[in-house]
Amino acid sequence: MNTKFAHGIRGLAVAGTMAFALTAPSIAAAQSEQFIPLLVYRTGSFAPLGIPWANGKLDYLKMINERDGGINGVKMVYEECETAYNTDRGVECYERLKTKGGGGSLFDTQSTGITYAVMDKAPLDKVPVMTMGYGRSDSADGSVFPWSFPLLGTYWTASDIIVQDIAKKMGGVDKLKGKKLALVYHDSPYGKEPITALQALARKHGFELMLLPVIAPGVEQKSTWLQIRQQRPEYVILWAAGIMTPTSIREAQATGFPREKIYGIWWAGSESDVRDLGATAKGYNAIAIQGSADYGKAHDDILKYVYDKNQGSADSRAEVGTVAHTRGMMIQMLTVEAIRTAQEKYGKGKAVTPEQVRWGLENLDISQARLDELGFGNLMRPVKTSCADHMGSSWARIITWNGDKYETTSDWYEADMSVIDPLVKAGADKYAKEKGITPRDCSKE
Amino acid sequence: MFYRENGQFKASYVEDLRIFKVTQDRVAVLALVAIAVLLVPMLASDYLLRAVLIPFLILSLAAIGLNILVGYCGQISLGTGAFMAVGAYAAWNIGVRIPEVPLLVQILLGGLCATAVGVVFGIPSLRLRGLYLAVSTLAAQFFLDWAFLRIPALTNHSASGSVSVGTLSFFGLPLESAWQKYLFCLGFVVVFAVIAKNLVRTTTGRQWMAIRDMDIAAGVIGIRPAYAKLTAFAVSSFIVGVSGALWGFMHLGAWEPLAFSLDRSFQLLFMIIIGGLGSIVGSFFGAAFIVLLPIVLTNVPALFGLPLSVDTAVHLEHIIFGSLIVIFLIAEPHGLARLWSIGREKLRLWPFPY
Amino acid sequence: MGFFIETLLGGLMTGVLYALIGLGFVLIFKASGVFNFAQGAMVLVAALAMARFSAWAIELTGSMLFGNVIAFFMSVAFMIALAIAIERLVLRHLVNQELTTLLMATLGITYVLDGLGQTVFGSSVYTIDVGMPKEPLFLFQDVFEGGILLNPDDLIAALVGAALVAALALLFQYTKVGRALRAVADDHQAAQSVGIPLGRIWVVVWSVAGVVALVAGIVWGSKLGVQFSLSTVALRALPVVILGGLTSVPGAILGGLIIGVGEKLSEVYLGSFVGGGIEVWFAYALALLVLLVRPEGLFGEKHIDRV
Repeated sequence: MNTKFAHGIRGLAVAGTMAFALTAPSIAAAQSEQFIPLLVYRTGSFAPLGIPWANGKLDYLKMINERDGGINGVKMVYEECETAYNTDRGVECYERLKTKGGGGSLFDTQSTGITYAVMDKAPLDKVPVMTMGYGRSDSADGSVFPWSFPLLGTYWTASDIIVQDIAKKMGGVDKLKGKKLALVYHDSPYGKEPITALQALARKHGFELMLLPVIAPGVEQKSTWLQIRQQRPEYVILWAAGIMTPTSIREAQATGFPREKIYGIWWAGSESDVRDLGATAKGYNAIAIQGSADYGKAHDDILKYVYDKNQGSADSRAEVGTVAHTRGMMIQMLTVEAIRTAQEKYGKGKAVTPEQVRWGLENLDISQARLDELGFGNLMRPVKTSCADHMGSSWARIITWNGDKYETTSDWYEADMSVIDPLVKAGADKYAKEKGITPRDCSKE
Repeated sequence: MFYRENGQFKASYVEDLRIFKVTQDRVAVLALVAIAVLLVPMLASDYLLRAVLIPFLILSLAAIGLNILVGYCGQISLGTGAFMAVGAYAAWNIGVRIPEVPLLVQILLGGLCATAVGVVFGIPSLRLRGLYLAVSTLAAQFFLDWAFLRIPALTNHSASGSVSVGTLSFFGLPLESAWQKYLFCLGFVVVFAVIAKNLVRTTTGRQWMAIRDMDIAAGVIGIRPAYAKLTAFAVSSFIVGVSGALWGFMHLGAWEPLAFSLDRSFQLLFMIIIGGLGSIVGSFFGAAFIVLLPIVLTNVPALFGLPLSVDTAVHLEHIIFGSLIVIFLIAEPHGLARLWSIGREKLRLWPFPY
Repeated sequence: MGFFIETLLGGLMTGVLYALIGLGFVLIFKASGVFNFAQGAMVLVAALAMARFSAWAIELTGSMLFGNVIAFFMSVAFMIALAIAIERLVLRHLVNQELTTLLMATLGITYVLDGLGQTVFGSSVYTIDVGMPKEPLFLFQDVFEGGILLNPDDLIAALVGAALVAALALLFQYTKVGRALRAVADDHQAAQSVGIPLGRIWVVVWSVAGVVALVAGIVWGSKLGVQFSLSTVALRALPVVILGGLTSVPGAILGGLIIGVGEKLSEVYLGSFVGGGIEVWFAYALALLVLLVRPEGLFGEKHIDRV
């Protein structure tokens, strides 16, 4: 028995050779193919959100290949990798796919945890990370985070827009003074990120912010909602995910809190969150990334070029046009446009490297005319990124569940950057200091 | 034929007490360490190092730590993930607050903090056994998960509660590329594996095993259960804490408490069951198995032109893990380590098995 | 004062729900000495089965009542089949093993059930609608401002729980199977030597636990929706049985109530001082505290060690 250690080391070698065999170096793809890695979660507690999201991302790529034959003739190839919302699985996916097929064009990690882990690796590997709608929020500062792109809004801008809509419903920003708002959040970095912004807003507008964490996965929330019943906040901002969302709405019903006074973040604002609740959730509000609850020409194209040819990723056509699926399409549209932009600089009709994709992301300029052309005219507002601004735009609308489907119930809002910018700056500065990064000078670029 | 020990006589007690009694073993081990140190960093791809070998090494280390507690001392623990978290957060805090402390010391101090926490949560083991103890370690898991989320001082007031490490160096040498990190982890694993292997052969180690086999009987023959159990908790938590710090610093780079959740605790427990309870080498086998299985499941079907959809692969992985646990418990409670030693016995006699 | 009573009531109701899950733990532990970590996964699988069967049956029969009844019996059959499979494939081969070995085996079963359940039934959110009333009631509105909140669905769940316990008590006390169960619980070997078929008894116990899981699954599932996370409620119910004692049915009920109330009161009254989110570990700490005084839980059988 005393020779166990020897075998341990031998076992290591066996494992090593096995792994060598498995991961025979990925063959560089032909020049006419652009590789897109897709990190998804189709299992685990967030699967109901992850599945349509992943399908939307896939469907858009299929549609581009089918309708346009790729980008200027460059076909898109892709591979899904399941993360189960798990950081180490996500890191494995990232490491595996970053060099595949001539380099993973960009990573949309779909998870706050994976983003944090990958964000530090990306600059070394020269791979851009796009985190549409989740952040981290301070990575909007492109001078400190050259490789991160929280396009179309972050949790901080979302917080501001939700508060704007609440203020509007109450009849003006000044009405917020002295009132109480509650943040019910998933107890994780995902749920904690908006706190900074909401606290800043509370200071500015003079409302009181109640913080109520819900332990993941959020299946038991009675005490949270009893506290809400006792403290009677004017509105509840719900930073939920997965099963926590329907549970919150059910508990709201059980404690008699009006659903009209709940505002969910976009990840808590998909059909899967409320469909089963039906009339119970009637009146529940959520913020949508841009106008993702509407139906646009892009959806028709997906149905025509993908689903009519039985290539659809979702089980049923009905999923096309749902909020989560549309978000997936938007993400992929931005990806495709970033690659197109990069091609315009580095050579049309040629596959671009991840580094070139980064340039594309940083010089994205999608005008309203272009959006109309792409079929996203009513789903989005123009996006323009720059070295300093990696977010591009922060437009959003509020959607409301009518018992049967989501309706867009507000006009377009844009986040008040006078509140958000200082927070971004402070966060980015702290990060730069911790990591010893010298920020780029954007005025020179 | 080649693995014969005829003619190798033990002429002194020192020789009799060697870890590797057979010359071939010694040669093989040295060759392996040499390959691991010299050849692997040169040949292995970036992916292999970063996504397979580094996690494998770190998880083996954690499994060794857990094996000391569960396999050698018989105290079941479902809070391993939390003790890893203590190591990681403590090391990180030391690094942030006192940047002058070298990385090696940071990690070892992280381990020491985990030791302290481990001993505190080990105290119930003096009164509770088996299942009830498992529940008390679950309490540790949930409490520590909460603490790292809720106490801002522990994450240096980071807005989201995630922490990330800066650039790393080891006494002036950079720790940036995959092979540097790999070698750093390898060093830890080799050193701790040797220490653990030797530790279980000492008085303390034998006391642990006596407690495991029957604590009342061990008490009767004069072993102090309190001392034995708490030392097991201490040593185990130290190693687990160090591995946690390595997991955070070397593998993830940035993490949130979710990285050290209850799932991690279960995963480590599975490693030592599959690898072999009460076996240092088994910890390596178990870690290799658990790290490789998902990768095999995603890649191998594709090689044969049968692409498994990603969600099926994960569900399949769950089913395979679960079934294997049951199969091992039924058919081979000593795990892969036992299979290995059976193979070795066969090899000694081969090709003349009589 | 009103709020305190409300929290107390909420805690009691949650406690009953926990006790429903805890019962499954206790039943199996009593009869086979196995601490069934897979109870949570069984709740999930049972709820998934119920959700899918009822969707199918309601569509087929066009009646919600009939559909649900058919689905319920189909799910019962499914859980019995599962119990037989577990006995055949796992337990039979692990007779007389140590407690921890059996515990780890059920951990394995948990993973298999998680994977299998989602492969067979899918991982989206499903609903179970058995027509539970959801709108809250407000009692004593003239005594307290805003009244005291009570949820009728919780109340029904509590009644179901009580009925289940009564049924189980009858089963244990007055039937032949019940006597055999108690005999097995007392001493495996002695029971076997007087001719009680151990294997069959285990199938019965696991089936009963499966049915209890089904009831718990329906109650929780109609509250939360059926999804993977449902299996995590078992972790919330674990301190309940530890506190009450693993071998005691009344212990599970009382433990459930204590934990339910303790959890809610601690979260509401202490949580705000430390930032909230303490209820999970508080429940465990509470159980642990009891354990340090009474290592077998409140009603557990005292275990005497012999060399």
